[in-house]
Amino acid sequence: MFDSLQDKLDKAFHVLKGHGQISEVNVAETLKEIRRALVDADVSFKIAKQFTNEVKEKALGQEVLTSLKPGQVLTKVVHDQMVDLMGGTAAELNLEGKPAVILMAGLQGSGKTTHSGKLANYLKRKKSRKVLLVAGDVYRPAAIDQLKVVGEQVGVEVYTEEDNKNPVAIAQNALKHAKENGFNTVIIDTAGRLAIDEQMMSEIRNVHSAVKPDETLFVVDAMTGQDAVNTAKAFNDVLDYEGVILTKLDGDTRGGAALTVRTVVNKPIKFIGTGEKMEALDVFHPSRMADRILGMGDVVSLVERAQEQFDEEEARKVQKKIAKNKFDFDDFLGQIKQIKKMGNVKDLMGMIPGMGKMMKNVDIDDDAFKGVEAIIQSMTPEERGNPKLINGSRRRRIAKGAGKDVKEVNQLLKQFGEMSKMMKMMQGGGAKKMAQMMKGAGGMPPGMR
Amino acid sequence: MGLFGNLFSKEPKKEKLEEGLEKTKTSLFTKLSKAVAGKSKVDDEVLDELEEILITADVGLDTTVKIIDRIEERVARDKYLGTAELNDILREEIADLLQGETQADFKAFDASHKPYVIMVVGVNGVGKTTTIGKLAHKFKQAGLKVVLGAADTFRAAAVDQLTIWSERVDVPIVKQAMGSDPASVAYDSLQSALSQEADVLIIDTAGRLHNKVNLMNELGKIKRVMQKLVPDAPHEVLLVLDASTGQNALEQAKQFTKTTEVTALALTKLDGTAKGGVAIGISDQLQIPVKYIGVGEQMEDLQIFNKRAFVDSLFGE
Ligand SMILES: Nc1nc2c(ncn2[C@@H]2O[C@H](COP(=O)(O)OP(=O)(O)OP(=O)(O)O)[C@@H](O)[C@H]2O)c(=O)[nH]1
Ligand SMILES: [Mg+2]
Repeated sequence: MFDSLQDKLDKAFHVLKGHGQISEVNVAETLKEIRRALVDADVSFKIAKQFTNEVKEKALGQEVLTSLKPGQVLTKVVHDQMVDLMGGTAAELNLEGKPAVILMAGLQGSGKTTHSGKLANYLKRKKSRKVLLVAGDVYRPAAIDQLKVVGEQVGVEVYTEEDNKNPVAIAQNALKHAKENGFNTVIIDTAGRLAIDEQMMSEIRNVHSAVKPDETLFVVDAMTGQDAVNTAKAFNDVLDYEGVILTKLDGDTRGGAALTVRTVVNKPIKFIGTGEKMEALDVFHPSRMADRILGMGDVVSLVERAQEQFDEEEARKVQKKIAKNKFDFDDFLGQIKQIKKMGNVKDLMGMIPGMGKMMKNVDIDDDAFKGVEAIIQSMTPEERGNPKLINGSRRRRIAKGAGKDVKEVNQLLKQFGEMSKMMKMMQGGGAKKMAQMMKGAGGMPPGMR
Repeated sequence: MGLFGNLFSKEPKKEKLEEGLEKTKTSLFTKLSKAVAGKSKVDDEVLDELEEILITADVGLDTTVKIIDRIEERVARDKYLGTAELNDILREEIADLLQGETQADFKAFDASHKPYVIMVVGVNGVGKTTTIGKLAHKFKQAGLKVVLGAADTFRAAAVDQLTIWSERVDVPIVKQAMGSDPASVAYDSLQSALSQEADVLIIDTAGRLHNKVNLMNELGKIKRVMQKLVPDAPHEVLLVLDASTGQNALEQAKQFTKTTEVTALALTKLDGTAKGGVAIGISDQLQIPVKYIGVGEQMEDLQIFNKRAFVDSLFGE
C-alpha cells in the first residue's frame, strides 16, 4: 500500500532533479506531493498544510550535494520536522500520587480495556507497582467481564460493582478500596464515548474531578482518519489529558493520526499498542513513526549516511563515466566499496524509494558481494577496463581463479551489462525505471538473491 | 438539515456537530454554482474547496480526484448548468460511485436460503458484535426467526457480550467455551439454525487485523466448515467498518475480500463527527454495496444505508 507514495516521491524527485539548491520554484511541486502523501497517510488536511509550510521555511536555500537529489534532501527536512513535532522529552508516567491514579479515556472500540490490562501488566512487572484495575464501563455489555478476564490474565485485582451504574461513585469507592488495601496504583477503565456526546463527556469530567488522576491517557486508534483532530481536541478540552496511547499499530496503517493528535493538543504519545497480547505495549519512537507516516524506505538514513560517507569526488567521476557509457569493472568494484562503507546492503537498497517492496522478498546477506568481488579480482586490469575483451577462454580462466563456475562468470557479465544500462537510466530517470529494469533483467546481480 | 435530519435519531448531538462545522462548507454549493453557471470550467478555488471537504470527510485522494474529474467532465459537456442542476450533479456523481440500490427494508434479502447465513467480519473494535445485536433486533422486528453464533471465542468476554445481546433482543444463541475452535462454533450454529428452521443465522467473529495471515486464514476455515452443511453458506459476508477509520479501511476491505469475499459493508459510529467517506472509494473500487449504518449503541441504532443521505452528510447538511 506504500507504492503510491513512493511513486509520488519518485515523481517529485524527478521534478527537482537538476537543481543544485532548494528554491521556492523547485520546491513547490515536491511539497505538494509530500502534503498529498501526508493526507494519504491520514494526517489531518489542515495540519498537513500547516506542516508543509513550516517545512518550506526550513528548506529554502539549503544546498544540495551532487550525490543527492534535492527531493531527498527535502524529504529529510520533512522527516526531521516531523520527529521534532512528535518527539520532545521522553514521556514517563507520573506515578507520584498515593495511590497514583490513571484514567483511561477515548472513543468506542479504541482499545481502552485491553490497554488498561497492558498498562497494569507493565507497571506490575517493570515498575513493581501494586496495581488495582477499576471497571468503570457500566454501559457496554460484558465490559466488566472483559476487564475481569484481562485482570486475571495479568494477575491484577479488578475492582467491580456490578449493580452500580454510576462511574463516579465506582471510581471513588475504588480509590478508597485501594488506600485501605495497600494498592499504590489505580487504573480506571471507562466506557467509550463520542466527543460530541455531552452527557457522556460531562460524566467523564465528573470522574476526573472526583479522583484527580495523576495521568489521564487518551486512547486513540492508529487507524483513525481525519476525525482525529476533532476527537483529540474535544477530549483534551474536557480532560486536559497528560498523554496519549496510540493503539493497533501492529496493523499496516500509516498512522498519520499520530502527527495530527500530537500537533493539535501538544501532548506526548506515551505508549503504543502493538498486538492483542498483554505484553504488546511499547514506548513511542518519534523517528520510526515519522518513517511510517512518510511510508518510505528510510530515505532519511540513506541521505544522512550518504552525506557522511559519500566521496563526492569519486561519485562525480563515476557519474561522468556512466554518462559516457564507460562504466567498467574497476568502477563497479569502487561502487561496491562505497556501498559497503555505508552499511548493510539490504538496508541500503530498502532505503531507495520504490525498491523497498521489491527487496522485501530478496534475501541478501552481508557478504552479498563477496562472490562478485572474487570474480572481478580474478580479471586482469585490461579486462576490468574493457569488459568486451572477455571471451570464452578468458571466462574459464577468471572462473578458475575466483573458484567459481563459468556459469557464474557469464551471469555476472550479463548482469553487469544490464546494470551499466540501468545506471545510465538512473541518472536520467530515477528508481522506478531501475526497478522495472531489474524485473526485466531477471533479478539482482549474482550473489544478491 | 434536510434528509440528514430524518436519518439520525440522536438529533441533539447532530445539531452540536453542525455548529462546529465551518460556515464555509455549507455555502459550497452556492459558490460552486456561481462559479460554473454558464461556463465550461469550474474555478480552481472552488475545486480546492471541494477537495478540502472531501478529504476532510476521509474520502481519500484518489477518490476525490476521481470525483472532481467527473464533475469537470460533466461541466465541460453541459455548459448551460444552473444552480439547482449543479447541486444535483455533484451529489449524483458521488452517489454513483456507491454500489447497489437502497434496500427497501431489513427483509430485503434472498429468502430462498433458509437460514440466510451472515458472517460478520472486521478489525478489532469496529462494532461487529454491537451491529449483530442491532441486526438481530431489526430482523426479529421484521418477523424473522434469528439465531446468533458466538464464534468470537478469543477476545475476553466476547461470548458474554453476544449473550447479553441475545437476551436483550430475545433470540437464541449458540456458543461454546472461550478458546474453543471458532469454526466448530460456526458449524454448531448452522446445524442448530437448520434444525430450528431459522430464517437468519448471524455469526460473530473475533476482530482481527487484516495483515495477520493466520488469523485471516482462520476466517477461510470458518467459511469452509459451514459449507460442509450448506454449500453456498455464508450467503452474506458483512464487513464492518468504523466510520472514524481513515484510508486504512481500504486496505482492510481489500484483504478481507481476498480471504472471505465480502459481499456487503456496514459503516458504524456515524453518530459521531466522523463522516466515513472512505466507504465511497471502497464501494467503488471493490464493487461492494454499503448495506447498513450504525448510529448509536442501542438496538434501534441501525439503519439501512441511504446513498443520498450519506452524500449529503459529507457536506454537513
Ligand atoms: N457510538 C457508537 N458506538 C458504537 C456503534 N457500534 C458499536 N459501537 C461501540 O463500539 C464499541 C466496540 O463495539 P463492539 O461491537 O464490541 O466491536 P467489535 O467489533 O465486536 O469488537 P471486537 O470483537 O473486540 O473486535 C462498543 O463500545 C460499542 O458500543 C455505533 O454505531 N455508534
Ligand atoms: Mg466483538
